[in-house]
Amino acid sequence: MGILEKILGRHPHWGVHPDDHKRPAADAPLRSLPLPEVLRVPLQQHVGSPARPVVLVGERVLKGDLIAEPNGNISAPVHAPTSGRISAIGEITAPHPSGLPQLAITITADGADTWCERQPVADPLALAPEEISRRTAAAGVVGLGGATFPAAVKFNLGRRLRVGTLIVNGGECEPYLSADDRIMRDRATEVVDGLRIVMHAIGAREALVGIEDNKPQAITAMRAAAAAFGHVQVRVVPARYPMGSDKQLIQTLTGKEVPADARAAEVGVLVHNVSTCAAVHRALRHGEPLVERIVTLNGGALTRPGNVLAPIGTPVVDLLRFAGIRERPARLILGGPMMGIVLPHARVPIVKGASGVLAFDAAEARTPAAGPCIRCGSCTRACPMGLLPLEMASRIDADDLDGAAGLALSDCIGCGCCTYVCPSHIPLVQYFSYAKGELSTRERNRLREAATRRLAEERAARLQREAREKAVAAARRKAERAATKAAAGAGVPPLRERVVVTPTSETAT
Amino acid sequence: MTAYFLLLLTTALVNNVVLVKFLGLCPFMGVSRNMDSALGMGLATTFVITLACAATWMLEHWLLMPFDLGYLRILSFILVIAATVQFVEMVVGKSAPALYQALGIYLPLITTNCAVLGVALLTAQERMGFLQSLVYGFGSALGFTLVLLVFAGLRERLALARVPAAFAGAPVSFILASLLSLAFMGFAGLSFSQETSSCGSPFCP
Amino acid sequence: MWLAVLSLTVLGTLLGLALGVAAKYFHVDGNSLVAEIEALMPGSNCGQCGFAGCPRAAAAIAEGSAPVTLCPPGGRALAQALAAKLGIRIDLDAVVDHGPQIANVAEDICIGCCRCSKVCPTDAILGAAKQIHNVIREACTGCGNCIDRCPTEALLLQTLPVTVQHWVWPKPATTPAAFAA
Repeated sequence: MGILEKILGRHPHWGVHPDDHKRPAADAPLRSLPLPEVLRVPLQQHVGSPARPVVLVGERVLKGDLIAEPNGNISAPVHAPTSGRISAIGEITAPHPSGLPQLAITITADGADTWCERQPVADPLALAPEEISRRTAAAGVVGLGGATFPAAVKFNLGRRLRVGTLIVNGGECEPYLSADDRIMRDRATEVVDGLRIVMHAIGAREALVGIEDNKPQAITAMRAAAAAFGHVQVRVVPARYPMGSDKQLIQTLTGKEVPADARAAEVGVLVHNVSTCAAVHRALRHGEPLVERIVTLNGGALTRPGNVLAPIGTPVVDLLRFAGIRERPARLILGGPMMGIVLPHARVPIVKGASGVLAFDAAEARTPAAGPCIRCGSCTRACPMGLLPLEMASRIDADDLDGAAGLALSDCIGCGCCTYVCPSHIPLVQYFSYAKGELSTRERNRLREAATRRLAEERAARLQREAREKAVAAARRKAERAATKAAAGAGVPPLRERVVVTPTSETAT
Repeated sequence: MTAYFLLLLTTALVNNVVLVKFLGLCPFMGVSRNMDSALGMGLATTFVITLACAATWMLEHWLLMPFDLGYLRILSFILVIAATVQFVEMVVGKSAPALYQALGIYLPLITTNCAVLGVALLTAQERMGFLQSLVYGFGSALGFTLVLLVFAGLRERLALARVPAAFAGAPVSFILASLLSLAFMGFAGLSFSQETSSCGSPFCP
Repeated sequence: MWLAVLSLTVLGTLLGLALGVAAKYFHVDGNSLVAEIEALMPGSNCGQCGFAGCPRAAAAIAEGSAPVTLCPPGGRALAQALAAKLGIRIDLDAVVDHGPQIANVAEDICIGCCRCSKVCPTDAILGAAKQIHNVIREACTGCGNCIDRCPTEALLLQTLPVTVQHWVWPKPATTPAAFAA
């Protein structure tokens, strides 16, 4: 990042440049985790509704067997990460900052790690795009960059909106993490093949792979793998946090800005992570569902930081033991230090979106006490979305959530740049998380109230209808009685039909 | 024409009714919590002051002066202003319900606004002409609205600021008001030509 | 002196007459405030406030004979919204807010008497005579009307647990002690 680049404007004016702490973990060769004894697979590892279990406790499953099916339009299935026995289906602590319980399927591994019957496709590029989407969805592939949005749903969206450009996100801007770096170095051909399948699935004409300039080996490997394909270009982007956020990467690579409240597909691009592309490759070429992923193990409390290939559902504690614990971690984080989540304890499992497990020592975990805002404006310069974090936070602090929403709170991507640069150490991004959650709760309550109102109106209408029907029935009986009396008086049998017809026509109105 | 323009400017800024003459301080402190209500109050007051100036001019020149009843001025002005405000409230309620809702409680409150009576009395005291007193009233009301809006904007920012507990609430608002008053004193340095002395204020050059 | 008395009397009478005529001419029917308050209310007409339905309660609030904190299903959020609408200040801590609640039928002691389903303002209780009743979770507002009706105490209000999906980050507490308002 030279002065010249700054003057020429090639350097993005937003974001921060933290010490990346990626090495030595990024340079350590990829290792495989020895199979854990017990795996706990949460039913919700994606954006959308939780999956529905389709196995029973005590059932034997093979690696890759479907154990929970998608439930609703935006959902993803869950597969057994190894062969073994279902030992429990119940609540476990969720890998979530709240530490609340979440449904999960517990599998006791048999150690054989036997695959189920796989259905590989020899030439996925000859398949219909819809078929690729179907197989990707069935393999439970979700966005592995951290968003965990079901990949197939995004394919269909891209196809519908006729997206021309696929952007492959090799940014990995979070400090400490190197899972994507490792997959690009070790499995570049898989990534490139996967991205060509994705291009075919969404009907894109070109693919741009954006890789930050602090990963030279990954750039070399990807360039070599993509050399044979003219429509796949590897582009180097400056290392800057949050370059791995889709809106920022799109702007850097194409110059297009995604409007507020719009999706990337609406400006003609679709972003997929490099790891997602590799997962699509495995799902199609090998017929393997998403049951394992590369996880970065890093942080000062570990003796052998590096990247491991671990089955989904592995307890964090097994990963930490594998990497060697130097001291008791002061803080455990799932994901990156900027946007990751603090884990309540080490017995929670890793999920599809877990790109890293960070065990911070006391020095790394130190949080200075927050002071008053000095209105220096550092956060405004750092905000990649061009918002006013200090103004929004002061409004949220004064319980003026609508005022904060008026300052485009909904555009906040929660990257944490503002908190990182704040000289007063104000937890700005936590204010925004709180306000966003509170606003969505209000919106939910509003919808609920509208539904209640409708139900109450329907009940009122029902009571009215019943009262009317009762009155009509009473009138009919009265008329019948009168007719019987009259007939008895006249000695003629009553005409039933005539008296019945009148009330039914009345009820119909 | 220039004279009227300068009169407008002088009454709105140099001899501001709130910050220089210190009239209408109750709505200045009471209805300045947010910009919306400040604007509503300002508009309503502008309308009422202008109308009251016209009504009191007629009262002064057609009733009080011919019959030498100057000592009844305050009494009769209050009567006329109160009636005007009531009348305006009814007209607005009927013709523009949305505006009526927006003004809400502020409309009847104008009855007891000393700025209205004060401006009307000043125009009578200075024996201004009809048009002159109308412009004088309108200018004063403009100044009132401006100051109310500025103060409401400042107080909206103040609500977000971290104020030491001892100063929270009214005290810091008073400090703010005094600073704003000091700022408006700066307009006294504006010097206009001879004609502006028609406003008759001791602050006029 | 007589001139002063006369002129003020005439002035007052004239203005009074003019206002009287204007009041007749510019008369406005109805009170839009009641309609606005009613729009804020939950609208389930559960009757927990002691009024027969939300419209009555709204009218009572508008004329000031009922407090804005009267609605248990609306809770703190509604009290706050009503106070803002009426421009009054209230003590929010005094409002009892249990958070979201729903009724639940203990199926082993339900005798299928149908008393509860008759009083449910949103038709959220499903059941027929001599059949076990059940509560439709999505439709229940937790108003508690059914609780007292149950002869076997099979109905109880349950607080809905916070789930991972609905959890909200807490507000950071960063105000230094000296600045506490």
